[in-house]
Amino acid sequence: MTRTLPTPEAVTGRPTIDQLWAWLADVPDPEIPAVSIVDLGIVRDVAWSEADADTAIVTVTPTYSGCPATAVIREQIRTELLHHGVERVELRIQLSPAWTTDWLTERAKQNLQAYGIAPPLERADKPGDALSASLVVLGQGAHQPRLACPRCGSTHNETISRFGSTPCKSLHRCLDCLEPFDHFKCH
Amino acid sequence: GDNALVLSQRLSELCGKGPALEEDMALANTALDLLGQARLWLSYAGEIESAGRDDDALAYLRNDREFRNFLLVEQPNGNYAATMVRQFFFDAWHSLALTKLSRSTDPRIAEIAAKSHKEVAYHLRRSSDLVVRMGDGTPLSRQLTQTAADTLWPFTGEMFTSDAVDAEVAATGEGFDPSALRAEWQEYVAKVFRVATLQLPPADAWMQKGGKQGVHSEHLGFLLAEMQVVHRAHPGAQW
Repeated sequence: MTRTLPTPEAVTGRPTIDQLWAWLADVPDPEIPAVSIVDLGIVRDVAWSEADADTAIVTVTPTYSGCPATAVIREQIRTELLHHGVERVELRIQLSPAWTTDWLTERAKQNLQAYGIAPPLERADKPGDALSASLVVLGQGAHQPRLACPRCGSTHNETISRFGSTPCKSLHRCLDCLEPFDHFKCH
Repeated sequence: GDNALVLSQRLSELCGKGPALEEDMALANTALDLLGQARLWLSYAGEIESAGRDDDALAYLRNDREFRNFLLVEQPNGNYAATMVRQFFFDAWHSLALTKLSRSTDPRIAEIAAKSHKEVAYHLRRSSDLVVRMGDGTPLSRQLTQTAADTLWPFTGEMFTSDAVDAEVAATGEGFDPSALRAEWQEYVAKVFRVATLQLPPADAWMQKGGKQGVHSEHLGFLLAEMQVVHRAHPGAQW
């Protein structure tokens, strides 16, 4: 006869890790509220502390190193978990591996498109160094993926600015419906 | 860290004054990336120093002689050709340097460099493109870009000079030998200049130096005065 030990959750009444993830999935990105921080790939790990059973440790990674939204996101995570009754929240910053748009979930890309922001099209982890990549772009023969206008779906558009209203976006204009739109850059 | 910080401050001076809205946003975004990188480097430098100085203390409470940035990044913005040629010379070096540092034996250095490199690759693409557009543009834009290149050229040599600290960290594998970057940098700059129809100044030209030893041009003091004044007027103030 085997006896199963009760899980720590049953003893302490603390939420499961899955529950913590589910709560964090409700936290919107402060700049792009259509996407949650979990779908953006900012939350890298959620765990209960081994030293203190009532402390939840959330590991996050910044998108761009100077992005001012990072501080707001940290506060939102803390507030969300405390609101659900978690006793203590510890936030850890992890730089490596560096955040990439490859971590955006399919749902994030769909939500971006529906929100009016064309999602990244390519994978960011392409081989090659920055200098030769730069020369390829200057050569103009480079393969440029065609963005779809989030409003009318047309792939007939032009780049207005390589930098947009936040570090993660660039600005484009649809040449069919003539509306400008944001693009979440491949990074 | 100091290079990123000082150039970030220079670019921030143009925030709201860029020649076009798109350029204004691009400069502000580049400045923001560099500021974020500077904070990562200076925070780590403070930890290694173990003297209780954080990134703010290192940014706001050091005098010009204690800054180790290149003379290149402290040069005034000048006209837009000067701003972008300065950016281009630095971006090309920065990209190469961060590639080396991303293989550092120190894991913290490696991860900060890898993170920063992704951002700098984008800066380089943009500054290379603008050098080509201005060089291969109107007669006036070409002339201004060529003048900027000739004027800033003597400040590029310093990026490849090696001192005792460089030699020490290169030996341990934490850092790298700056002179090893020169050939690749020169080759890249030459390629872009050819597309831009610009004349590359001679590689053996006389070069300025001193920034890495803390001996700066007169411009740095004014830049720091503006950057540090609030912090020094209200020591320890918090948001």
